[in-house]
Amino acid sequence: MRIVIRAIVTLLMVGVLNFVLFRIIPGDPAKLLLGGARSSVTAEQMQALRQNWGLDRPLFPDQVIDYLSATIQGNLGYSFKFRGRHVADLILERLPATIALVGLAQLIAIPWGVMLGLYAGWRRGGAVDHIATATSLALYSTPSFWLGMLLVVVFSTALGWFPGYGAYSPGAITGSLGSFLDYLLHLTLPVTAVALGLIGQYVVVARAAMSDVVTEDYMVTARAKGLTNRQMLMRHAFRNAMLPVVTLIALNLGYVVAGAITIEAVFAWPGIGGLTVEALNARDYPVLQGIFLLLGASIVVANLVADLAYGFLDPRVRQ
Amino acid sequence: MINSSQDNAPLLEVDRLSVDYGLKGVSSRAIDRVSFALRAGEAVGLVGESGSGKTTTAMAIAGLLSPNARVSGGEVRYRGKRLPIDDDAAMRPHRWSETSVVFQGAMNALNPVHRIIKQIAEPCVLKLGMSRVEATARARELLELVGIPADRGAAYPHELSGGMRQRVMIAMALACRPSIVIGDEPTTALDVITQAQILKLLGDLRSQLNLALILITHDLSVVAEACDRVMIMYSGRLVEDGTVAEIFGKPKHPYTRLLIDSIPNPANGKKVIRHIPGDPPSLVNRPSGCAFHPRCPSAMGVCQTEVPSLTGVGRGRVACHLHRFLQEDKVAAHA
Repeated sequence: MRIVIRAIVTLLMVGVLNFVLFRIIPGDPAKLLLGGARSSVTAEQMQALRQNWGLDRPLFPDQVIDYLSATIQGNLGYSFKFRGRHVADLILERLPATIALVGLAQLIAIPWGVMLGLYAGWRRGGAVDHIATATSLALYSTPSFWLGMLLVVVFSTALGWFPGYGAYSPGAITGSLGSFLDYLLHLTLPVTAVALGLIGQYVVVARAAMSDVVTEDYMVTARAKGLTNRQMLMRHAFRNAMLPVVTLIALNLGYVVAGAITIEAVFAWPGIGGLTVEALNARDYPVLQGIFLLLGASIVVANLVADLAYGFLDPRVRQ
Repeated sequence: MINSSQDNAPLLEVDRLSVDYGLKGVSSRAIDRVSFALRAGEAVGLVGESGSGKTTTAMAIAGLLSPNARVSGGEVRYRGKRLPIDDDAAMRPHRWSETSVVFQGAMNALNPVHRIIKQIAEPCVLKLGMSRVEATARARELLELVGIPADRGAAYPHELSGGMRQRVMIAMALACRPSIVIGDEPTTALDVITQAQILKLLGDLRSQLNLALILITHDLSVVAEACDRVMIMYSGRLVEDGTVAEIFGKPKHPYTRLLIDSIPNPANGKKVIRHIPGDPPSLVNRPSGCAFHPRCPSAMGVCQTEVPSLTGVGRGRVACHLHRFLQEDKVAAHA
């Protein structure tokens, strides 16, 4: 219960911080919104605009409270770039593409990365360990956008096996089986780029966790009790080694929503990451503010899930 | 199953056992031709400083040598049959059902994520083929046997005190009705009161279940309290073996004598504690002859060249040239 309250308080803090962050950016929102039409607007009209939007009222407490209450009601404001459109709508429109990309990458990376890492840690110094550890460290430390570019060059430009750009081929009919397969084809390279980095991360963490566990005294006890290697692994090592891994998985859940900004930029993937880049280039502050809020909130929720999962797995932190 | 004629036969025989550890091409002898026998129900203390080989000896008996250890000579026999102590898989059926181990510092020896009842019941399921219900009932009995209310079985290790955890470890060690229990410094991490309680518990269980007990310790007072017999190890070799009364009353080996002199004894008004000069020898580069000769106050020429053999003196055994000569003198005097 206490961690849930803590999460709610953190969420409010994220909201306030988000508000402050966008107020300290220099510039007048009214001028910014009018853009090129600024010169033909009189000072009186400008003042009326400010009054209309509540920008003449003090930042604290009036504007903060306005912002927070509107946010809680799901009103994230209106986009500058996509004139008049709700920020919440824009985000919800782009969310499925990001969840498909990062979610699929996680679904592939978690079983492979964790199993490989646990096995490497269990058989430390073996052939699998050497190969998996070296490869994983390389993948983990490679920037994913560079990996993405490499994949595009090889599998799209040179070999032409997969499309390297966007989510649909031009002229695809939405809703048909063909368009779904087309979508999957477009997903292949970006998902691979994200998954490879994640596999590297999971292998490194799972291997380290398992290497620690095999040297624990309770593993000697398990051996002394006459357990087979398999029983030692499944009954005593696995759950203990999974503790840090589960925490990592839960924390990574936060990034399923936040997206892989650089990967989406490389593949022109129409997700949250792509939206972020577009909003950034257009100085579309309301959209950025909305995305930041989503990002912060998903990380807070992921932390909450991590805490709850850890408490479920480890009796020592259970309350 | 055991008839009376076998009752006096040793339960366990360690016969000229040598174990080497290989580390990056350098091999060191951890224990060197250790021989002794253990009878059913007997309690033996295995005493020595760090690196003396007492733990290696005990782990070899339990079939728990680490992968970098190699049995380079000798064998261990249980009820007359050779144990495959250098074969991990072949040793598995012997573990816990013949010899079990009470490890030191029961905090880490118990798995933190499982309830203690499950950990005690586990070998009953896996080794004795009991059903889960039967095994749980047995685990509850065992908890009561070591003085823990059976309902505490639902606790996790971190919810118990150090003494309680050690009791859990003992209950677990008894799960498969072994005839030998090895205590690897079972009271080291405990306060004196708890230590006394655990030693009493081990003593009670031993007479109740006719257990043979091997207590590994560097604490001679623990041995005096809980054992019938003491074996002193130095640099991987057994240097003296005798009853508690003999060892404490008339220590024969100079090392044993110095060890006993180093125990503070306020009752005797002995205030000055003597320490043994010099350092324990390295196992890679063991001194020639008797490994203790560089630190021995009675060292002679022969001590530097010849390894003394463990020979019977009175009811015990000692590996010291001094006693060989004394013995020969006695024989000569009688003639």
